[in-house]
Amino acid sequence: MIKRSFFKSRYLPYLLIFPQILVTLTFFYWPAIQGILQSFMLSDPFGRKSTFVWFYNYIELFTDPLYLKSILITFVFSLATAAVSISLGLFIASMANRALKAKALVRTMLIWPYAVAPAISGIMWLFLLHPSYGVVALAIKKWMGIDWNPVLYGSDAMIMIVMASAWKEVSYNFVFFMAGMQAVPKSLIEAAAIDGAGPLRRFWTITFPLLSPTFFFLTVMNIIYSFFETFGIIHTVTQGGPGGSTNILVYKVYQDGFVGLNLGSSAAQSVVLMSLIIIITVLQFKFVEKKVQYSG
Amino acid sequence: MVEKTPILDFFTYAFLMLGILIVGFPIIYSLIAATLPLDEVSRVPMPMIPGDQFLVNMTEAWTRGNLGTQITNSIIMATGITFGKIVVSMIGAFSIVYFDYKFRKLAFASVFCTLMLPVEVRILPTYEMAANVLSPVQTIWDFLHLNGLVSWFTGNDFSLSLNWSLLDSYPGLIFPLIASATCTFLFRQFFLTIPEELCEAAKIDGATPMIFFRKILFPLSKTNIAALVVIEFVYGYNQYLWPLLVTTNTKMTTAVIGLQNLIPQADDLPEWNIALGGALLVMLPPVLVVLFMQRWFVKGLIEKEK
Repeated sequence: MIKRSFFKSRYLPYLLIFPQILVTLTFFYWPAIQGILQSFMLSDPFGRKSTFVWFYNYIELFTDPLYLKSILITFVFSLATAAVSISLGLFIASMANRALKAKALVRTMLIWPYAVAPAISGIMWLFLLHPSYGVVALAIKKWMGIDWNPVLYGSDAMIMIVMASAWKEVSYNFVFFMAGMQAVPKSLIEAAAIDGAGPLRRFWTITFPLLSPTFFFLTVMNIIYSFFETFGIIHTVTQGGPGGSTNILVYKVYQDGFVGLNLGSSAAQSVVLMSLIIIITVLQFKFVEKKVQYSG
Repeated sequence: MVEKTPILDFFTYAFLMLGILIVGFPIIYSLIAATLPLDEVSRVPMPMIPGDQFLVNMTEAWTRGNLGTQITNSIIMATGITFGKIVVSMIGAFSIVYFDYKFRKLAFASVFCTLMLPVEVRILPTYEMAANVLSPVQTIWDFLHLNGLVSWFTGNDFSLSLNWSLLDSYPGLIFPLIASATCTFLFRQFFLTIPEELCEAAKIDGATPMIFFRKILFPLSKTNIAALVVIEFVYGYNQYLWPLLVTTNTKMTTAVIGLQNLIPQADDLPEWNIALGGALLVMLPPVLVVLFMQRWFVKGLIEKEK
C-alpha cells in the first residue's frame, strides 16, 4: 500500500465508522454466530428448549436422500441457468458489438430485464409455459409433440424455472460482455484481419480469450445469483414441486426452518450454504490469476 | 469490422433482432394479455392483437391487489435501503481510507467478510434478531446473572426483560439489508484512486476532514453514487425472501410479494390479464429508474467488477 496522507482526529474516524460496524455486528455477525450455534443443537419448534448435539444435524443432513437430491437439483439448476444466460448474453453482445450504429438503442432495449424482480419473471414465464393455456407451452406441444406439463413432470418444472431465471440474467451478462468487448484493442483485430483472419476466426482466437476474465467473473456471479436470488421464482411458481423436483437448497432452508420449524436442521443447512459460497468466492479469487489471459 | 461482409452484417442484424425479440417477448406478451378481457385471455391460444381493456384491468389489479399500499411500501423500503447503504458505507469508507487508527484494518476486514454472505444464508437468526433487537443485550445480561445481582442488591425479586421488535415495520425491512458491505468496498476502491495531492492540499489549507469530505470527496463521487443508487434501489425493491419473513401484516406487505395474491390458483378463474397487469405495474418503478439512469448504471456495474 502506497503511503497515504491521513487526517488527524481523535474521535472522528470512530464516529464515522460506527454506523457500519453497528449494523454489521447487529445484523450480520450476531445472527451468523447464533446460526452456527443453532446448527449444533436440537430445538423444539418454538426455541424454548435446546440440547447440544454436536454434529447430529449435519450427519442427519448428509444421510438424508431429500437433502442430497436438493444439492443435485441446485447444481443442475444453477449450471443450466448460467450456461443458458451466459451463452445468450455473449451471443447477443457480439452481435450488438458489430452493430455500430444502433448500440445505445440496443442497450436500452436489452437492459431493462435487470430491473425485473425474479418473482415477476417467474409469473410471466409461468403464464407462457402454463400447460393449459400458455402460448409457448402450446407451441411445444404442437410443434414438438412433447407432452409438456410442468405441474406434473419435475423435468418440465425445472426447465420452466431455468427459463425464468436465465431470461433475467441475460441482460446482466450482456452489459458485462459488451464492456469487455469494447476493451479489446482495435489494433489487435486489425492486425489479424491484415493477416487474413476472417471475423469468426478473429472472434474465437482473439476476442474470446481476452474476454476470459469477464467470462469467469460472470460464471461465478451467475451461480451465486441462481443459488440465492432465485428464491422468489421458486416460491412464486413451483413452491419446490412437483414432488420436490425444484427444491433448491435456499428454498429448503426456508421450508425446513419457517414452515417445518426444524430450527437445528435449517441452521445446519444455512451453514452448509455459507461454506459453499465461501469456497466458491475463494476459488474465484485464486483462479483469476492462473487461468485467465490478460491483454498484456 | 474491418472488411466489408454484407452477408455477415445481414445475419448480425437479423440475430440481433431475434435476440431482442427473445428478451422482450415475455413483456410484450404480458402487455397484450393485460389489455384483453377474461374470455380472450384464457382462449387457447391467446390472440396476439391487443384489446381495449388495459385501463380496466389495471384498475382492477390495483384495487384487488391493494397495489397502492404495497408499491408505496416497496418504494419506501428500496429508498431506505439505498439511502442507508450509501450513507453508512460512504462515511465508513472515508474513515477507513483517510484516517490511521488502531482498529482500522480490523474494521475493514470485518466489514469485508460480509460481502460473501447474502441475507438468504442467515435468515433464521437474522429473523430472531429483527424480532428482538435487544436480544444480545438480554443474552449478556442473563449470562452474567445480573438479575440475581440486582435482586440481591435491592432485596426484591428483579427480572429484566428487554424486547424491541422490528417485525412488520419499515426499519425491520430496511436495517438488516444495510448490513452488507458491497458499497463500503466500492467506495474504498474509489477513494484509493483519488490523488494524494488533493488531501495534502486540503490539509495545508487547514481544512477539517469533514470539509474535505463535503467539498472534495463528495462531488468527485457523484457518478459512483448515481450508479449505486440504481443498483441498490433495484436490489432493495426486488427483495423477496427477507420481506416475506419480516412482514405478516397486510398493510406492510411489499409489492413483489403481494403480487402472489393476484396469481390465479388452481380453482380460481384464470384471470391472468389482471395478474399480468398487476405485474407490469409492480415492475414499473425499478424499470423506470434503470432506464433513466442507464449510463451511470452501466458504468457502475462495470466498476463493481474491478
